[in-house]
Amino acid sequence: MTTINKSGPRPGRGLTHLLVGGITLLIMIPVGWVLVASLKRKSEFFGSPWTLPAGLHLQNYVDAFGGAQMGRYFATSVLVTLLGLVFVLAVSVPAAYVVARYEFRGKSIVEVALLAGLFVNVNYIVVPIFLMLVDWDRALVDVFPDGFFLDNPAVLSLVYAATSIPFTIYLLSAYFRSIPEDFEEAALLDGASRFRIMTRVMLPMARPAVTTVILFNFLAYWNDFIIALTLLPGEGKTLQVGLLNLMAAQKAAADPGRLYAGMVIVIVPVLLLYALIQRRLIQGMAAGGVKG
Amino acid sequence: MTTTLTPPTPGASKPAPGRSPTSRRGTAARGRRGDGRFVAICLLPALALFALFMIWPTVSVFRMSLYTWSGFSAQMRFVGLDNFSKLIDDEQFLRAFQNTVALLVVVTVVTMGMGLFLAAVMTRQKLRGHTFYRFVLYIPNVLSVVVIAAIFSAVYDQENGLLNGTLRALSLDGLQQVWLGDQKLVLYSVAIAMLWQSLGYYMVIYMSSMASIPEELYEASALDGAAATRQFFAVTLPLIWQNLRTTLTFFILSAVNLSFVLVRAMTGGGPDGASEVLLSYMYKQAYTNSAYGYGMAIGVVIFAFSFLVSLLVSRATRREPLQF
Repeated sequence: MTTINKSGPRPGRGLTHLLVGGITLLIMIPVGWVLVASLKRKSEFFGSPWTLPAGLHLQNYVDAFGGAQMGRYFATSVLVTLLGLVFVLAVSVPAAYVVARYEFRGKSIVEVALLAGLFVNVNYIVVPIFLMLVDWDRALVDVFPDGFFLDNPAVLSLVYAATSIPFTIYLLSAYFRSIPEDFEEAALLDGASRFRIMTRVMLPMARPAVTTVILFNFLAYWNDFIIALTLLPGEGKTLQVGLLNLMAAQKAAADPGRLYAGMVIVIVPVLLLYALIQRRLIQGMAAGGVKG
Repeated sequence: MTTTLTPPTPGASKPAPGRSPTSRRGTAARGRRGDGRFVAICLLPALALFALFMIWPTVSVFRMSLYTWSGFSAQMRFVGLDNFSKLIDDEQFLRAFQNTVALLVVVTVVTMGMGLFLAAVMTRQKLRGHTFYRFVLYIPNVLSVVVIAAIFSAVYDQENGLLNGTLRALSLDGLQQVWLGDQKLVLYSVAIAMLWQSLGYYMVIYMSSMASIPEELYEASALDGAAATRQFFAVTLPLIWQNLRTTLTFFILSAVNLSFVLVRAMTGGGPDGASEVLLSYMYKQAYTNSAYGYGMAIGVVIFAFSFLVSLLVSRATRREPLQF
């Protein structure tokens, strides 16, 4: 482990460069190593881990997508993430707008509850949510003999959306408040309805905040596995749970190529997105002080 | 995090309570007839979801901790605080507690120290290539915990892992370890994965907070003959103190949560409970052992613990806020 250079830059910039560069390498090497290893043949995994593969063994990817069903899990993850984003925006944008601009009875209670919600971590409440859904399924057993709430990607999306409501409303309403009221007053004089003012005037102006919210929620939904593991116990898994299974299977079958290919399938979309929007992501994080 | 939740500044008109349709003065987008209905329509879906999937489950955690319940049977028996008194004699629970505290302390100290160092070097010294460094260092924060667990399982793998394989290639076979299978080592292995995951995140937070310190302060202290190290302790640290305190809360929450998801995906709490943390033990009780009431009691303890520690740390680190 690298230690902190307490002596500061005195010994020259060379040393700090060396330290920072070294730490950066420690981040890069494991990720790069996985990318390279995903192209290795089974026999190439023995011996030194630093040897490059002789050729591009793409069969690993075919195995991961097909045999390990990562392709199917990928589709589930895309569906669940997109639905979750639609749900959370559909309910949070109006709520955030109203909280930012309207006075109503019980407003302070709503605000305090949402603020407290920021500190409730899903890890604590997954068990009660699971038991609640089991109960609902049992109550509706006559209508849906195979169950409806568990193993339902849409319900999973709904739970994702619900758990990110406090954060989303917090960020959006803060942004709505920062927009001058003149725009709404002008629109009101033009005879626009409240709903129209919200969707046509305020929402377009809040685009930077909406983008930030989409980014963070996308990462949260796409990367989650605790909720997905609990609420989709059947065959239709998300990508993260699929990878977890692949890890467990690999321990028994000793076929690392497929596992590495599976990891790359999970990493690459997120890495691409990050490369595209890293500036915005880091700015948004700095502005919101958000725990990623 | 709480500072921006202030009531909106009143515009041209006085804000009227939404339910009184009489106040029609003013042109702002409120205080009009029918406001109440609009507010309700906008607010209720979000509140309903929030109440159903967050408030109610949270209440359930506390309620269930007072019962014994094996899950799917209807027999739920009220036992008061029995679950909690049982915890005191549960050695596995105490071990999980110790592990969590150890991870909390070690990971916080190391991550914070390294994050501060990196942030100070990158902002103060305008290191060439610092945008690239920042880009790379933040990567682990966008990866999922499963991926990180998979990466580190591969790195720590006993036979063909990156670590042991490299040691073998360097003819240092004697240093090879069973990184995730050794009771003495496994917690450190988990701690390193946690550090790897969160270093870039805290560095970016500290960087943005340091970037807002005016340059004149550094120029003035340089005139006084302060070297960079002294500037760091005399100027930088006091001025980002509030930010530092906020991240301490993050550290506490993530030591509880991140350690759990990593342990869940990487070691399953093994070998023999050596890497068990509080939340993973709670899950084990709830799902594998079907002791839901007992599991929820553990949940309550974790909740109270992280809340209390946050409060204490926040108290202990309170300083007069410095202005610049």
